[in-house]
Amino acid sequence: MAVAERTIGTSPPRKEDPELITGQARYTDDLTMPGMLHMVVVRSPFAHARIKGVDASKALAMDGVVAVYTGADLAADWAGPLLMAWAVSEDLKNPPHWPLTKDEARHQGDGVAVVLATSRAAAKDAAEAVEVDYEPLPVVVDMEAALADGAPLVHEDQGTNKAYTWSLKNGDVDAVFAAAPVVVKERYVIQRAIPTAIETRAVIADPSPAMGEYTLWSATQIPHIVRVAMVVATGIPESKLRVIAPRVGGGFGSKLQVYAEEALCLLVAKKLGRPVKWVEERSENYLATHHGRDQIQVAELAADEQGKIRGFRFNIMVNMGAYLMIITPGTPLLGAFVYCGCYGGDAYEVNFTGVFTNTTPTDAYRGAGRPEATYAIERIIEALARKVGKDPVEIRRLNFLPAFTEPTPMPGGLSIDSGNYDATLDQALELAGYDQLRKEQQVRRERGDTKQIGIGLSTYLEMCGLAPSRVLKALNYAAGGWDAATIRLSPTGKVQVIAGTSPHGQGHATTFAQIVADDLGIPFDDIEVITGDTTLAPLGMDTYGSRSIAIGGVAVHRAAMKIVEKTRRIAAHELEVSDEDLDYASGTFSVKGAPDRAKTVPGLAWSAWTAHDLPDGMEPGLEETAVYDAANFVFPYGAHICAVEVDTETGQVDILKYVAVDDVGVVINPQIVDGQVAGGVIQGIAEALFEEAVYSDDGQLLTASLTNYEVPAASDVPSIVIGRGPELPSTTNELGVKGVGETGTIASPPAVINAVIDALSHLGVTDVPRPASPENVWRTIRSTRGGDGR
Amino acid sequence: MRQISVTVNGTRREADVEPRQLLVYFLRETLGLTGTNVGCDTSTCGSCTVLLDGQSVKSCTMLAVQADGHEVTTIEAMATNGELHPIQRAFHEHHGLQCGYCTPGMIMAADSLIREAAGPLSEAEVRIGLEGNLCRCTGYQNIVQAVMAASQEMQGGVKARAGKGGGS
Repeated sequence: MAVAERTIGTSPPRKEDPELITGQARYTDDLTMPGMLHMVVVRSPFAHARIKGVDASKALAMDGVVAVYTGADLAADWAGPLLMAWAVSEDLKNPPHWPLTKDEARHQGDGVAVVLATSRAAAKDAAEAVEVDYEPLPVVVDMEAALADGAPLVHEDQGTNKAYTWSLKNGDVDAVFAAAPVVVKERYVIQRAIPTAIETRAVIADPSPAMGEYTLWSATQIPHIVRVAMVVATGIPESKLRVIAPRVGGGFGSKLQVYAEEALCLLVAKKLGRPVKWVEERSENYLATHHGRDQIQVAELAADEQGKIRGFRFNIMVNMGAYLMIITPGTPLLGAFVYCGCYGGDAYEVNFTGVFTNTTPTDAYRGAGRPEATYAIERIIEALARKVGKDPVEIRRLNFLPAFTEPTPMPGGLSIDSGNYDATLDQALELAGYDQLRKEQQVRRERGDTKQIGIGLSTYLEMCGLAPSRVLKALNYAAGGWDAATIRLSPTGKVQVIAGTSPHGQGHATTFAQIVADDLGIPFDDIEVITGDTTLAPLGMDTYGSRSIAIGGVAVHRAAMKIVEKTRRIAAHELEVSDEDLDYASGTFSVKGAPDRAKTVPGLAWSAWTAHDLPDGMEPGLEETAVYDAANFVFPYGAHICAVEVDTETGQVDILKYVAVDDVGVVINPQIVDGQVAGGVIQGIAEALFEEAVYSDDGQLLTASLTNYEVPAASDVPSIVIGRGPELPSTTNELGVKGVGETGTIASPPAVINAVIDALSHLGVTDVPRPASPENVWRTIRSTRGGDGR
Repeated sequence: MRQISVTVNGTRREADVEPRQLLVYFLRETLGLTGTNVGCDTSTCGSCTVLLDGQSVKSCTMLAVQADGHEVTTIEAMATNGELHPIQRAFHEHHGLQCGYCTPGMIMAADSLIREAAGPLSEAEVRIGLEGNLCRCTGYQNIVQAVMAASQEMQGGVKARAGKGGGS
């Protein structure tokens, strides 16, 4: 009997694509309900202001306007505030965050009222006619200023702008630093970034008043978590609320959130008994969708004279913005364990201080905590190299943890699944043509060229696959980190995979189908994957933190293996042998020693359906569910090398070559993995060179549209070279998979910035602000040369 | 309200529109052609790109009334008789999309770019030619590969013929 070819490791074109490339896919804004109203949110133009009154009379008199509600109007209707799920410490201040503020606006864009009208245009016109009497209050946008005595308070009743402190300490850090012959200390600013998924957010709430039922469509990454959070906010019972994430146009963490507009659409739909739609405009997205990063880091390493690291110490301020959203305080913690990178050392300390400011709240942005950690360690290790006179490759090799294929402890306090850091570095150096680049750099240095070459490395370690539920409990996160899959075979052997992850571009339908195709020997084309709907896929924890393959994919595999076990019993019964007398490969059970006597999974699905002759006591049908809670994280790692050309007269940086070698364990679909790597790297390069959310001192976001928040176009960025390293299987799960969604954004910013610094090192440059825009680079060169940088 | 007549995907459509209505909302809301997406409000992202008389335009940059008397082609008309357009096929084969939101606009912009070129496009030509269309997922790498492949298929013959004929 022919054995089905394995699909894992091959790249069948994606199942998702046909509707997306023909315009037939339906995103939230593509949906319309009968009698649907359009909602527009009236937002504060001030970063901090008392709301003294709202006059909606003019708006209410306009054609098509059905209702206007202020924060005060709705205050009594809420069952609770928007969910904040991560109380990281006992000293955490968590002022309630209501969908509309009733007393004070605390950031530009804070929602003050909603307008409901019969058309989008009517609602927008009417929103402009709502008159709000604001009394501007003192504003604080800078973290250090916010912590100073006498600073304006974002939440007066909290008495402080300090949101929390959190520490992680392993070993006697102070003693290690006191005894170390070499200590390096630097300060880094990770600028605020705005995720900018190309689809903005959109919500439709569709009530069935007679039934007390609601369907909520939302452009979200987390339909399951949104459902729970909406119960908390609106009091609608979970059993009466279905949340659907239809096609979703990218997220990058920005749709890993429970948003005011989801709660508002539901509540207003409930009050009016009509469907309500809200679609975010892009400039609104920049104010009302969460931002990311925004840290001030003080990084320190203690080392011996050769540069061997003994201790790590990082003190970090994190900008929370005006409110704590779902995981605002916990986001930096997701990086807390990997500030050591892939290096050894005896003592380790990371301290976070969360700070409230009058800015849009921050929360998870692709990489969430780990890009910040990686930036700190990959910058400071180069400072150490300069201090002890070693080159960037040498200092890393000296400090790498030795290669291992069994779980191994690291200074951050976790146990890593598998790694070979020299191997990924070796491959990256070869792909980059490192020695040749160094020669070219030397030639230009000696010639004194205006355009100088720099080479930057980033040898990173990250942790993903969020997350072992017991670890989440230890970190005081409110939910678990498991995920679920159900596999259902139809009588004719077709397969439905119902998965708890909720994709928005990652290709789960394709990747999960490949896993099932190999496990069950069923053709890829006969497998459909259903996600993103709390009724069709009720068990799930959704998609973020590079968890979908490492958690959801393993759940899919385990559900498939349960199908194998049930069909094995049916096959044994039909063949009149014992279970142990059967071999199983790619969907076929055959009798040991008599391979012609065989049964296949599709055929056994028919047997399970007819139930004419099942083993005694076996239930008919073929449907199995697996819920997988990992025992550990997975730890992708790798080496990125960036070569840049910097114009020392204009500050212009051009990337000459970018090499990304990422060991993400076993690769299911190489084309999809390459796509994740390339997308992530370019998003990280964008942070290093282009993007920055800028606030004025009075809290106005100066980069509040795509015209001045500089998302790169195709012409701004290079093609990258991709390598896979030794592909060591993860020891955390039986598929051997690690995550790949965030490696690029985690690894690339320090590679780029290290390259820019390297290009200018002969001028004495040791730091350059992010983003390394022409202006910032030019100012750096000028101030280093003795000018004032103006 | 003003009456307009626009030929959309080969069919003449007459409608009364508000003078301020953007073409993209005429397509999406009046005609129900939701394949054309909206990604910004500053004519920056290119998600709403369609063809106007065969040339790519951002349909959020013009009013519906400005399309009066013109021909508009949207993503819905690119596949014909169930056959994918070469650019659609190339995006599928080269994994030129992830979330798919920018994809209709990218495909329409690429179609115009390829047809207006003298022959197969280089990587640099594709990157510059698509700079009005933003993608946040792919890093552009596979979009560029897809468009180059489609360009080769659609325009490869042009160059070959030109070569045999001694150039032009």
